[in-house]
Amino acid sequence: MHPAPSVILFTVLSGAGFGFLFMLDAGVLRPAGLGALVAFGLAYVLATCGLLASTFHLGNPQRALRAFSQWQTSWLSREGWASVAALGLSAPVALAAVGGGGPGMIGLIGALLCASTILCTAMIYAQLKTVPRWNHWTTPLSFFAYAATGGAILSGQRLLALACCVALGIVILLAFRLGDRQFGQRGSSLGAATGLGPQVRPFAPPHTSPNYVMREMIHQVGRKHARKLRVVALGLSAVLPALVLLVAPGGLIGSLLAFALHLSGAFAQRWLFFAEAEHVVSHYYGRPDEAGVAAGGPFP
Amino acid sequence: MTALPAPSAKKLGLVIDLDTCVGCQACVTACKGWNDQGYGAPLSDIDAYGSEPCGTFLNRVHSYEITPDEGAAQIINFPRSCLHCDNAPCVTVCPTGASYKRAEDGIVLVNEDACIGCGLCAWACPYGAREMDAAAGVMKKCTLCVDRIYNENLPEEDRQPACVRTCPTGARHFGDLGDPDSAVSRLVAERGGYDLMPDLGTRPTNKYLPPRPKDRGQSEAPLAALLDLKATGFAGWLDRLLEKF
Repeated sequence: MHPAPSVILFTVLSGAGFGFLFMLDAGVLRPAGLGALVAFGLAYVLATCGLLASTFHLGNPQRALRAFSQWQTSWLSREGWASVAALGLSAPVALAAVGGGGPGMIGLIGALLCASTILCTAMIYAQLKTVPRWNHWTTPLSFFAYAATGGAILSGQRLLALACCVALGIVILLAFRLGDRQFGQRGSSLGAATGLGPQVRPFAPPHTSPNYVMREMIHQVGRKHARKLRVVALGLSAVLPALVLLVAPGGLIGSLLAFALHLSGAFAQRWLFFAEAEHVVSHYYGRPDEAGVAAGGPFP
Repeated sequence: MTALPAPSAKKLGLVIDLDTCVGCQACVTACKGWNDQGYGAPLSDIDAYGSEPCGTFLNRVHSYEITPDEGAAQIINFPRSCLHCDNAPCVTVCPTGASYKRAEDGIVLVNEDACIGCGLCAWACPYGAREMDAAAGVMKKCTLCVDRIYNENLPEEDRQPACVRTCPTGARHFGDLGDPDSAVSRLVAERGGYDLMPDLGTRPTNKYLPPRPKDRGQSEAPLAALLDLKATGFAGWLDRLLEKF
């Protein structure tokens, strides 16, 4: 799948934002006064920047409000509702915190809505049977693990953040390992895609240069660096932030450094999430692992 | 609404005969021609005369090679377009309700005025049937020529999808696949018409007819005997004479 910068920014930033907002709503971190203003402000900025980034790739963003209409069937629509509800309900919690109050019952509901937003974001991808790597429980799990780790690091709760880093590391490895098998197991075949049986190979493509379907769903650029990027993603998202948290004496600088590392790792992981995901439509154009491409098949 | 309607009794769709298709691309051209004028945004072309032309098409014709256990390999031309699935995954993912399946005849359409161009429906489709128009920023897909098939301003013989109307070999058939007695349903039953990627549970309306088994080719080329021709008599003498110089 095409790793569009807009969707990478959207999922990474809103994930971290709603993760932090969850921690604040749930009372894991209880800032007061100016500290509360800064903390809630950061969560809101991250979440809103992410949500705004998601509109960058729209063909007609002026109609974006229509996306709220289909919450009964569409995870994308539900994501819109959940994010607005989470941001809205967290506002009184933020105001209370600035005044020195605790999150209370509204905070709990806000936290639940933050978690729902993250689930909805993950389900936009996890629902797609056409992309077997995404259509798996590791997708929501890794979105949750990223949100929780980002939120915990920003909350400055050292133990919680360390535990989240360890869990995130395991989830990343699990997602890579299980993800690699998905296409082979459930990704259909050229035989099933054409109904022409096992002894079929692509002979001539239907068009002479790549079209929308190929650019969007048969993206193959950069897979050669995938292995190195996986190490980078794991190291920056989980391992290095954990080391920083262990070594640094704590406090704001340590947390911010750990978060900066974690966020850049999240970008690498999310780039891979898209770039490594394969769509079943690729069968029609000849996959590298199917006969035909080498023998003068469709596209280089 | 992007909730799928209850399966309709009437299921309009196409039956594509892979035995007859010669891969001439006439259906591709006719589709592009018709859908450039009338229904929704025209199908745009980008860099049409440049080195890497790219455009929106609702129908693409691939060519595949199949190798039977016995006999020579065959080329199969394979038109690929929207299959108007009963369980259309492209419809339910749409956040705006732009993507919908008609309850009355099962045609899957896009209301372009409500489409935000997010592209999620194209991701949800296993068949690559949806293409985002680069100029209009809205999702385009086969409409089954909904503006032809019910159009009483057209002569009756033209009230079928442009691809079907134009196909010179009769490889494309249009009709009601929900009616077991329709011509297309009988064709599917007789020829063993099948679904594409049935494992994904989309329940397509369109069916493909498999290529018929070919007669076995002769094991020896009919002209092979001529290769060993020996000249005799005067021609033989001339042949030997000329060989010497």
